[in-house]
Amino acid sequence: MSPDRLIYMANQIGTFFRSQGHDKAVPGIADHIKKFWDPRMKRAIFAHLDAGGVGLEPNVREALTSLKPATSLPAAP
Amino acid sequence: MSLIEEIDFGTPRSKSETMVMLTIDGNQVTVPEGTSIMRAAMDAGHQIPKLCATDMVDAFGSCRLCVVEIEGRAGTPASCTTPVMPGLVVHTQSERLKKLRKGVMELYISDHPLDCLTCGANGDCELQDMAGAVGLRDVRYGYEGENHVFAKSNGEINAAWMPKDESNPYFTYDPSKCIVCSRCVRACEEVQGTFALTISGRGFDSRVSPGMSESFLGSECVSCGACVQACPTATLTEKSVIEIGQPEHSVVTTCAYCGVGCTFKAEMRGEEVVRMVPYKDGKANRGHSCVKGRFAWGYTNHKERILRPMIRERIEDPWREVSWDEAFSFAADRMRGIQTKYGRDAIGGITSSRCTNEETYLVQKLIRAGFGNNNVDTCARVCHSPTGYGLSTTFGTSAGTQDFDSVEDTDVVVIIGANPASAHPVFASRLKKRLRQGAKLIVIDPRRTEMVESPHVKALHLPLMPGTNVAVMTALAHVIVTEGLANEVFVRERCDWSEFEEWAAFVSQTNNSPEATAILTGVNPKELREAARIYATGGNGAIYYGLGVTEHSQGSTTVIAIANLAMVTGNIGRSGVGVNPLRGQNNVQGSCDMGSFPHELPGYRHIAGDAVREQFEALWNVKLNPEPGLRIPNMFDAAVEGTFMGIYVQGEDILQSDPNTKHVVAALSAMECVIVHDLFLNETANYAHVFLPGSSFLEKDGTFTNAERRIQRVRKVMTPKNGLADWEVTIGLAKAMGFEMNYSHPSEIMDEIAALTPTFAGVSYAKLDELGSVQWPCNEEAPEGTPVMHIDGFVRGKGKFVVTEYIATDERTGPRYPLLLTTGRILSQYNVGAQTRRTENVVWHAEDRLEIHPHDAEQRGVRDGDWVRLKSRAGETTLRAEITDRVAPGVVYTTFHHPDTQANVITTDYSDWATNCPEYKVTAVQISPSNGPSDWQKAYDAQARHSRRIAPAEAAE
Repeated sequence: MSPDRLIYMANQIGTFFRSQGHDKAVPGIADHIKKFWDPRMKRAIFAHLDAGGVGLEPNVREALTSLKPATSLPAAP
Repeated sequence: MSLIEEIDFGTPRSKSETMVMLTIDGNQVTVPEGTSIMRAAMDAGHQIPKLCATDMVDAFGSCRLCVVEIEGRAGTPASCTTPVMPGLVVHTQSERLKKLRKGVMELYISDHPLDCLTCGANGDCELQDMAGAVGLRDVRYGYEGENHVFAKSNGEINAAWMPKDESNPYFTYDPSKCIVCSRCVRACEEVQGTFALTISGRGFDSRVSPGMSESFLGSECVSCGACVQACPTATLTEKSVIEIGQPEHSVVTTCAYCGVGCTFKAEMRGEEVVRMVPYKDGKANRGHSCVKGRFAWGYTNHKERILRPMIRERIEDPWREVSWDEAFSFAADRMRGIQTKYGRDAIGGITSSRCTNEETYLVQKLIRAGFGNNNVDTCARVCHSPTGYGLSTTFGTSAGTQDFDSVEDTDVVVIIGANPASAHPVFASRLKKRLRQGAKLIVIDPRRTEMVESPHVKALHLPLMPGTNVAVMTALAHVIVTEGLANEVFVRERCDWSEFEEWAAFVSQTNNSPEATAILTGVNPKELREAARIYATGGNGAIYYGLGVTEHSQGSTTVIAIANLAMVTGNIGRSGVGVNPLRGQNNVQGSCDMGSFPHELPGYRHIAGDAVREQFEALWNVKLNPEPGLRIPNMFDAAVEGTFMGIYVQGEDILQSDPNTKHVVAALSAMECVIVHDLFLNETANYAHVFLPGSSFLEKDGTFTNAERRIQRVRKVMTPKNGLADWEVTIGLAKAMGFEMNYSHPSEIMDEIAALTPTFAGVSYAKLDELGSVQWPCNEEAPEGTPVMHIDGFVRGKGKFVVTEYIATDERTGPRYPLLLTTGRILSQYNVGAQTRRTENVVWHAEDRLEIHPHDAEQRGVRDGDWVRLKSRAGETTLRAEITDRVAPGVVYTTFHHPDTQANVITTDYSDWATNCPEYKVTAVQISPSNGPSDWQKAYDAQARHSRRIAPAEAAE
């Protein structure tokens, strides 16, 4: 899916958790994306992360970096 | 089956727990203190003759028919206005009483037409019954004197006679049959709270008068039907009864309109509905109704209803009527074909918040088990998904905490982003009743809604700028914490203290004070402080909220902020308090409960949880996908991208109801198979390849779950006009796709739901028949259900305070789009209007109007009724303007009931951070004068007309 929209959504999640401080925010963001994003959205955002992750807020980038190895997604059809 | 006769006890039930014993006609009767003698007698099975008394309103004592004798007391008191006392000895029949009653009846009948045989109330007339009860055989006065009955008296025009008022589309007012018992006037005041009716004149000149002697339609009357229900004669009668005649049997069922979930008796003659009458034992509505449920059911047999399945190769083709089997196999082949070509995850579906729990459950089962993915969502995505997220985070359950009865114990009501008078009218009436008894009301809404000011109700109104809910909620919390109004005992006992401390420190920051945030919110800080103090210290405080809370980019944050407020003030866990989302559609609560969200199975359990998933896998005999599926907006994005190509939509018009219509059109156009399952060729069907006709709520069995978690039966009163109930259609489609589901009745589906869902474990059709309804959780610990939740502790354990930082939406006003558009509903119409637009309700609201403040209108040269162009960054449309100061300068408002307005061409892709619930309530717009429909509207209309063509059937060989 279009990374722009996903980046926007991920950063929006990041903004909510911002006020909880870095230590709570990073796992909070990771957990939210894990629970609510479908595999193709996760694949797309991880691909964007691998490509440099331009536009991702620092907390969000950290959350995705931690989430990626813990996620086993079926291969794209 | 026979007509369900409800006992009229004459006067309302007393709530007293002190019991009083007395003797009536030689029988000892024990009733609660405060009960009238009339009601006590009825309790003992003795019906005292009466005309002006009925148990939906307080006693009035005007007809003098219910007189009784009490030993040791002089005279003959009216039994309706005389309360019971210990040891009274009452006689309801004696020579004196007989004479008095006969005299009273004689006077009534001397001024009443004797056309009983051809009268609309024949067979259901209390006046006739009472004439019979008192043995009236003769009217000594004759009928020639002064009267209200005849248009002409002795050849002269009779000035006292008034013609029938047939202005209301659903009932008539025939003044010549009126006995001026004033039951209608009192029902309008006490039950509905509109005060539209009065008695004008005195003595013989007394007449029931809508407003200042206006027509019913021209008056403030909201057509709730309470007066018609209260009327003992044919004066106020349903037009359907006049047309058809009296019903012969009735079935108790649940309304299919809003989330209040009113119980009705469908009164029938054969398979024809004669009328829908609210049922007194209905626990949500307690015998009341609104114009939609009571009268607007004509859509169920509207000529535009589609009764045969249809298919077409391309959306440019006309529809072709086919057999069910052909439709199923066409749809199944396409859906399986898409999966072969694009992968298993390339299809999905949308469950309906208008269909039953059982039907919703089947659709999500078909998707998870039959399609093999979790691409299932429901219209709650675009309305209350933030409620699910916010309340489960803070309290541990995704639902309101109270029953509607709870409002009777409430001292302070806070309404946020909701307009119950329009969208949840029966609840609004119950609320207003409590407000007239003295409860306080705070309304937080950009618009001065009908709730802010109504007869005998005056709210403290905080008119905030759209999009600033979180700032206002946090400012309320700021006042409560910094002024020492927090309920520390409650918080220490029930909530996580360290999370509370963190939250309290956050809200106490000066930048969260009402004074600091006023510049954003536009709310007067003094009034905000006052509101916070009233809520925190005014006794039982209850919050009711609607889509004005959820449909924002910070929707979930606002829900969390509301939960924080309830916890910090201890307003949780007993009657009269709580957090109550007012659900939009009849079964939006149920559709969420039934696992319609892509990430959770029935009962709000995440699909990734192995233990839960394995339970379902075992019973369904398939392997389930542990990854969450796509939500509706994600489906559209994926469709445009080319990875989501087929959708099964049951009972939901996504094209009209979802934001940014152009984006939805692009998504639907990109799909290779769109299956619409609905009553009508709705807007989505313009882009569909398969149309499966749906059945109305009158044509099937099932259950709906209302906003108070109340599970109520929907009962079939007629054969499905389309041939199959909706649950049978889903089974047929599933079978064609190679996934067998075997049920012979919806009760079996409910049994499966109960077996798999802990909060539904105790629910069965047998129990619902026995108790009428139950509120989940209903299981071993709560066999009769749970009216109030979180009584001794929160479902999640400790209540969780979460910091709610205000973050402005990215949808900003600027020089090109200087106004903020917000949207809402109107009483007579419902949602996208698919149902109500196909009823006489259009007399109240034939088109969507744009409300604009006089100041903004004048600046733009717009006059009342002018066509205006409404333009946002997403699109533009035209509609007519209504100039009003209900909206503040800088804010405009419209409804979204009519497809030719397409208000959602204007709304944007912005959505709630947590759930992707669209931000309907804030769109930056510009208004300018216009000559008529925009190019988009014309093109849309042309496409819709083209797409709705149905090929003529081929002649039989």
